[in-house]
Amino acid sequence: MLQLALTLIIYLILVIPVGRYLYHIAAGKRTFADPVFDRVDGVIYQLGGVDPRKGMNWKQYALALVGTNAAMVAIGYVILRVQSIPLFNPNGIEGMEPTLAFNTIISFMTNTNLQHYSGESGLSYLSQMLVIIFMMFVSAASGYAACVAFIRGLAGKTKDNVGNFFADLVRITTRVLLPFSLAGGLLLVWQGVPQNFSGNVVVQTLEGTCQVLAMGPVAALEIIKHLGTNGGGFFGANSATPMENPTILSNLIELYSMMLLPGACVIAFGKMVGDGRRQHQRNKAEENALTVHREGIMDRLLGKEGRSIFLAMGILFLVGLSLCYWAEQKGNPALAEIGLSQSAGSMEGKEVRFGIAQSALFTTVTTSFTTGTVNNMHDTLTPLGGMVPLLHMMLNCVFGGKGVGLMNMILHAILAVFICGLMVGRTPEYLGKKVEGREMKLTALAIIIHPLLILAFSALAVATAAGRAGMTNPGFHGLSQVLYEYASAAANNGSGFEGLADNTYFWNMTTGIVMFLGRYLPIVIQLAIAGSLMKKNEVNESAGTLRTSNVSFAVILVFVVYIFAALTFFPALALGPIAEHLTLWG
Amino acid sequence: MNETTNKNALFHGLRQSLVVTLLLLLLCGFGFPVLLSGISAVIFPSQANGGLVYADGQAVGAVNIGQDFTKPYFMKGRPSAYNYNTYYEDEEGNQYCNDGSAFAGLGSGSNNYAPSNPALTERVEADIEAFLEANPDVKREDIPADLVTASGSGLDPHITLQSARIQLPALAAASGLSEEELERIVEDNTEGKLLGIFGEETVNVLGVNLDIAKAMELVEDASR
Repeated sequence: MLQLALTLIIYLILVIPVGRYLYHIAAGKRTFADPVFDRVDGVIYQLGGVDPRKGMNWKQYALALVGTNAAMVAIGYVILRVQSIPLFNPNGIEGMEPTLAFNTIISFMTNTNLQHYSGESGLSYLSQMLVIIFMMFVSAASGYAACVAFIRGLAGKTKDNVGNFFADLVRITTRVLLPFSLAGGLLLVWQGVPQNFSGNVVVQTLEGTCQVLAMGPVAALEIIKHLGTNGGGFFGANSATPMENPTILSNLIELYSMMLLPGACVIAFGKMVGDGRRQHQRNKAEENALTVHREGIMDRLLGKEGRSIFLAMGILFLVGLSLCYWAEQKGNPALAEIGLSQSAGSMEGKEVRFGIAQSALFTTVTTSFTTGTVNNMHDTLTPLGGMVPLLHMMLNCVFGGKGVGLMNMILHAILAVFICGLMVGRTPEYLGKKVEGREMKLTALAIIIHPLLILAFSALAVATAAGRAGMTNPGFHGLSQVLYEYASAAANNGSGFEGLADNTYFWNMTTGIVMFLGRYLPIVIQLAIAGSLMKKNEVNESAGTLRTSNVSFAVILVFVVYIFAALTFFPALALGPIAEHLTLWG
Repeated sequence: MNETTNKNALFHGLRQSLVVTLLLLLLCGFGFPVLLSGISAVIFPSQANGGLVYADGQAVGAVNIGQDFTKPYFMKGRPSAYNYNTYYEDEEGNQYCNDGSAFAGLGSGSNNYAPSNPALTERVEADIEAFLEANPDVKREDIPADLVTASGSGLDPHITLQSARIQLPALAAASGLSEEELERIVEDNTEGKLLGIFGEETVNVLGVNLDIAKAMELVEDASR
């Protein structure tokens, strides 16, 4: 318990400076490192013909994002197919089969990192670098870019300029992801993560048998995998393998790398929105000769509007973490029955160096921050322990990865404001803008896509023989495996109940489609909402305005999120993990 | 006129997309991993190359990766779905695991048995029986859970201190070393929690077995 509390407290201390740095990057303010980065960026802009000061409206921005992602997909697909060439391929890996390559490339472009291959035998070092590592950088940068544009829209400094996509993409990559990755990567190597280009090593053991040891540029992939909330491992067992995650310290480094940027995004949001509103207030104050309201220290650190969102996310996270830790600590009654002591908790599928506490924490973090990396096997979690990651992917707004989680949470905030508005009979407002029919329709559409993808495709899978062939565990757990796979694909998470036999035509194609729709539809709709809100005039706060910056709004938000999830997902959860729990403990 | 501006805008957008993509590909996909490898090779050479462990000058394993041990005088690790990627080769070059099944090549992971899966209970039961047979003094309810449950990676190099201690009487009988000496070896290879707070107490099985081999004079010298 103590180590969980301390781990989270250190996180809260770290996230604030990173949030401020991210805010400076997103808002285009000066930072100490500008002299170096301005030059690097300058070269890229010049070669690419990019004018970073040229703003785009939301449609141009969305088009640039989708278009650039399409170019990246095309190049990556070709590399996967021809990876058998003897370039950075010391282990003689073959080219990838078409449906698997289709699934893989969509998976990495959409920041999902669902893996239907096993890294040891499925990818050459060339692919690991030019496809996987590259995609991990740019898919994360694309997500943050979309989020920054969305925030600019909500902050509403201009009527239609949400920023320049290419400038955002480049700035986030060179100023945030690359320097953080280099520093973090070195720390991981120090802890024992391999970083080389040699082929696998075969040694003769003390008993005279052979053991093959994996090598490769693991640390480079490992660090951006977490920083970019990507989650696809170099090896099949991901961050559970001692090559990817050898010590408790490497575990903490990976944990913090995936938690920092999504949390920082919320802070950047609060500060950017705060800037916009202060500017508005100052204008008003000058007109009416009023004094400008001063802000407290917490407001300045987090930004008012960011504070309530951060709090709501924090509450959801802690509830999930507690349930997962408690369930894993209770152990497995089926093993207790054959006389195996369960006092150490459910250790099947977990590593001794992480134990129950760090495994439960990693599991909750990886699905809340939609990374998808695992340091224990989620398929082997106890039913309720495994329901937490499943549920957090279904909610898809508990911090969330690469900015997208924040955008989803804002949609829930708009929904919460709307519901509260209905109760008191006022037109709802959020961030000083009236929320009207068009925004509500788009919000409802964006929120409904996620459960629709998960439930419809799960229904399809259990209704067809090709889908059912993937289930490898009997009983209720089979359904959990299917639900988990589509929840993971739709939330662009990428972790799996890995037992699922998913490298088949059916699973490669359907999850590929779900990942694609689950990524791009919400992003485009969210940008449309921002585009629509920014056109409106700012309304003045009055006594009847619902305040969205206080604790009670955070609580309302938590309830809205849980109620919505219960209404959509409870029947499916009841047939999967809850039924399995009742059979085990009944 | 409108048409040409549109075409130009489209062409300009395409050019930006393609060139920025290629430049980032070079920077992130190639420059970054090569730079990291270069720096690592200079300041952390042993770790960057996988942390190999040597005995009498020969590499016998890696410090972070577990191994499948079968000899009665060696400490046992946790069950592994991938046999720790350990295998032996017959004269025709066929590769077999210690349990006689064909070696499927480098891999990692677990059996992914759900807690309610009867196959899990069967496997654990079989491992408990085998352990009780090898350690006749041990009572079933005293077996620590980590010793008969499979790790997530199939390569877990560690067991808990209880799991190490419970094997000592049988190890002493098979190796001819005293229990006190074995106790000391275990202690040497135990690592506590980070700052006394984070993580768990662990015993490195390969480290213990290297020290046992040294004490039994099976090898002369071992080093990282």
